[in-house]
Amino acid sequence: MTRHLLAASDLDLKQAIEVLDTADRLDRAIAGREVKKLPPLRGRTVVNLFYEDSTRTRTSFELAAKRLSADVINFSAKGSSVSKGESLKDTALTLEAMGADAVVIRHSLSGAAVRLTNWVQGSVINAGDGTHEHPTQALLDAFTMRRRLRGGTGDLAGLRVTIVGDVLHSRVARSNVGLLTTLGASVTLVAPPTLLPIGVEAWPAKVHYNLDDVLPDSDVVMMLRVQRERMSGGFFPSAREYSRRYGLDVQRMNAMNSSAIIMHPGPMNRGMEIAADVADDVKRSAIVEQVANGVSVRMAVLYLLLGGGDAE
Amino acid sequence: MAGAVTRPNDGPGTTPGRSLAFSASEMSRMVDRMAHQILEKTGGGLGVTLMGIPTRGVPLAQRLAERMMAFETVDIPVGALDTTLYRDDLRRRAVRPLAETVEPAGGIEGRLIVLVDDVLCSGRTVRAALDALRELGRPRAVQLAVLVDRGHRELPIRADYVGKNIPTAPSQKVYVGLMETDNWDGIEIAAPPASAASTGADNPGHPLSAAPEATA
Repeated sequence: MTRHLLAASDLDLKQAIEVLDTADRLDRAIAGREVKKLPPLRGRTVVNLFYEDSTRTRTSFELAAKRLSADVINFSAKGSSVSKGESLKDTALTLEAMGADAVVIRHSLSGAAVRLTNWVQGSVINAGDGTHEHPTQALLDAFTMRRRLRGGTGDLAGLRVTIVGDVLHSRVARSNVGLLTTLGASVTLVAPPTLLPIGVEAWPAKVHYNLDDVLPDSDVVMMLRVQRERMSGGFFPSAREYSRRYGLDVQRMNAMNSSAIIMHPGPMNRGMEIAADVADDVKRSAIVEQVANGVSVRMAVLYLLLGGGDAE
Repeated sequence: MAGAVTRPNDGPGTTPGRSLAFSASEMSRMVDRMAHQILEKTGGGLGVTLMGIPTRGVPLAQRLAERMMAFETVDIPVGALDTTLYRDDLRRRAVRPLAETVEPAGGIEGRLIVLVDDVLCSGRTVRAALDALRELGRPRAVQLAVLVDRGHRELPIRADYVGKNIPTAPSQKVYVGLMETDNWDGIEIAAPPASAASTGADNPGHPLSAAPEATA
């Protein structure tokens, strides 16, 4: 792998498969063990630099780094010098001086992770930058699909993945479209026109406005969170109308083909884009697995970025 | 791997630049002898579990277990033990791909574990294997079986069962070929630099050691 992980679309097929296979090996290596700890990153320091609120991504990276025996420093904008007005660059230089081997960054501005690579020596891992990319989410989604579908053979070629909802504000959708295309899956985006980005027709994905038309022909239905914190104007008339047209309820779930699965990157707005009964459906919902798989995938990314020496 | 390679299974025809040290049938006799030795030293193989070290240790362990079970009515579980994450030279090289660890039927708790690898050289892989094994449980005892012992030990480790001692110069390379991984059976030796050109992309075997931080 390269030195940084900034965007899922940067990965070619070989690299993507390498991450997913490594995640699988690490997951199996640690499964069922009493002591869930592996030694390869002993003495390495990973900094979690979070400028945006996050529960699962931060704890997932923290757990992943700790399971590989790295030291972890958590740094969130609240309660740090950032609230005193310190710039990203100065914060980065401070972390650099402390000798961070990897910086995991989440930021509300697109491109923050790329900027950071100019200022630090270590590896930069993008944990979500604005509406741009969230590569480890796409990797864990692909990992989950590989485990759940086609008898776990790992082949995603021709798989029909439908991504539904707020594509405009979604870095998860961007990363998933890129990675799934690389892996040979075919992606369909379903959203109201107001929640699709300009230039979406240039993406390697089909676009639909009617969810019911697409559902029966989907192997994976990925529901996106309606990101109210990023919405300043009226993107749809009302939450109720959005939910009626684009929410996944039990009736729609029953229209899906029998082996199809449901995914959601979290956090969920239950009752908005996904009904509670759908989210908790034991047979179809892979949402809890996604969280568990996130740790394995992040372990793989950390191992591949930090596990070797300076061979280049 | 080099799936296109077809070569005589047994005979003088070798990969250019290398000489055949032991043929397929000689190698199979070595495996037979090692199987007998393990049975003899463990009193019939009761409570014995073989753990192969990837890549070639795994099929080798399977062959050994097969032979042991042919010689005596005893069940020999076989597992695989990836040592990559426990190596002491991870940072001296580009990141290494992981191999699969397969826990043997019945686990390793209280068993007599025989680690199986193709070539023993520095002993660093075996040291890593001992650490990796500890994470899986507590065996009653651990022994080591290798097809080829090259010498050049860097750690106080020795093998309990050896197919052949092949004293080589550190600059030489030993190639073990196994049908399962390489499409040929046998042991070859190459001495650089004369053979350096021939160990290129079409090389069916795998360079085992020579470089100080290589495998084995």
